[in-house]
Amino acid sequence: MSTVFIALQANEETRPIIEAIEIDNPQAVVNRQPAMVKIDAQGQLVIRKSTIEEQLGRDFDLQELHINLISLTGNVVEDDETLTLSWNS
Amino acid sequence: MDMKVAKKKLGLKEKYRALTRDLGWDTTYQPKDAVFPYVGYEGIKIHDWDKWEDPFRLTMDAYWKYQAEKERKFYAIIDAHAQNNGHLNLTDARYLSALKIFLQAISPAEYASHKGFARTGREFPGVGTQVACQMQAIDEIRHAQTQIHAMSNYNRYYNGFHAFADTRDRIWYTSVARSFFDDAMSAGPFEFMIAIGFSFEYVLTNLLFVPFMSGAAYNGDMATVTFGFSAQSDEARHMTLGLECIKFMLEQDPDNLPIVQNWIDKWFWRGFRVLGLVSTMMDYMLPKRVMSWREAWDIYGVENGGALFKDLARYGIKPPKGWDDAEKAIDHMSHQFMLGLYQWSFGTAFHSWIPSEEDMNWLSAKYPDTFDKYYRPRWKHIKKLADAGTPFKNYGLAKLCQTCQLPTVFTEPDDPTLTCHRQSVYKGQKYHFCSDGCQHVFDNEPEKYVQAWLPMPQLFQEPINGDLGAWMEWVSLRDGKDNGDYAGSEDQRNFEAWRGLATTNQ
Repeated sequence: MSTVFIALQANEETRPIIEAIEIDNPQAVVNRQPAMVKIDAQGQLVIRKSTIEEQLGRDFDLQELHINLISLTGNVVEDDETLTLSWNS
Repeated sequence: MDMKVAKKKLGLKEKYRALTRDLGWDTTYQPKDAVFPYVGYEGIKIHDWDKWEDPFRLTMDAYWKYQAEKERKFYAIIDAHAQNNGHLNLTDARYLSALKIFLQAISPAEYASHKGFARTGREFPGVGTQVACQMQAIDEIRHAQTQIHAMSNYNRYYNGFHAFADTRDRIWYTSVARSFFDDAMSAGPFEFMIAIGFSFEYVLTNLLFVPFMSGAAYNGDMATVTFGFSAQSDEARHMTLGLECIKFMLEQDPDNLPIVQNWIDKWFWRGFRVLGLVSTMMDYMLPKRVMSWREAWDIYGVENGGALFKDLARYGIKPPKGWDDAEKAIDHMSHQFMLGLYQWSFGTAFHSWIPSEEDMNWLSAKYPDTFDKYYRPRWKHIKKLADAGTPFKNYGLAKLCQTCQLPTVFTEPDDPTLTCHRQSVYKGQKYHFCSDGCQHVFDNEPEKYVQAWLPMPQLFQEPINGDLGAWMEWVSLRDGKDNGDYAGSEDQRNFEAWRGLATTNQ
């Protein structure tokens, strides 16, 4: 199965987001690099608004991710509640 | 008492529909074909433009809000950098060579990309596509501006930053990036999307920006980390647009497959050649290195590109034709590039240098099969010449590849001791190439590439007429300041003196 990833800037805003991604994707591997965090996962990665809100302690619009996004791979599917990255192979 | 009722917000999907599809209209004064004349001539068949979906469903109101926030963050840090002598926190002023190449070649490419997306957004009839291209056009001009602005702080102190616009138009090595974007912009709208949106953004951009930003962070360059991050936060959207575009073409009609495959083959190779310069940055120019070019390629090329092409196999897409040749070049290209830059450093508006013993040991650890065998002996020889006071300078003009415009410094894919050279004859004229990939691109569209502006023939035309001094003036290169070896340069002397002042009380 192919690996998908999302890379976010390492800062105060993304810390709870990264924690939420870890909670929702136990298979994900978090690589902490200078100024950046790259999260790899086999096949699929799900980012959930509700989990981020719990970690963050406030409302969160998934599109706020754009501010601190560095890169990602895979087919993107987004609605109000989740953003999913996946490969079809 | 009035109850406060929260206004019902539109969901993401409804909002996207209202602010993209619902803004479109059918033409009545003119037939649609006359309004969108370029959409058919490449042979791509589209039956239903409404099938185009932006998976992020970003609408203009949200776009402006988030972009404004990115700009605020960007300028807060740029101000802090300027106010706190940020330039003295660099590991070493050698690092600046990477930035100079970026400013001279890549920032103008961002501007070219802006023009390309503005045009392409106009030429596509689908509303979703128009909105996505419009956002990307605005992103790209923002990148060009923020990069130039961020790097202007270095122009106050260091050489080689002062004339990037002349350098972009006239100096030899920037024509590599310029011709790449001119090639894309003079293609049809679908080919442009495959060239920039897919091949450059999706397949290759991670190799440029991600190591570049990490490299900046490793080397204390706060200004570049900031513009890099600000630009890169748009790239995820650009990459996704590129991937959606290719899936859209392939899903609309099976006849599109061979056309798309041909563009993927062409633009992968074109992009691989352009981004090859990043390899020298990663392996040679960063005083504190992040990872080798080989390691970056394994992550972003092999693993990521591999996954992408496995995914696209369901449409019948194969990995690009040059993929295997690229893999064979990875362990050689940074060394071949840097040897080229060093020997022609009289003509570059940045510095190069002979790697130190310690640097060479790092290179041989990262390239155990190639560095000691093929490249260390050459650097040692060059070092011996420099120590004897007779540094190796190649005042001969480089032979350029007609397609990628790089000097033909690369070797045969299966023989690193033999320079790779190909030639084609077209209408009685001989044309030279650095590789099978570049020759193949030319042979498919010779009428396009015979018109290429090549910097070497320019040297013998007006206003230069073969005079090196006149050429330097024409490209705004100040001999003895902007060019040559880093060792003994004004940049080196100034950085060391200023850093000394900053860290002592002398």
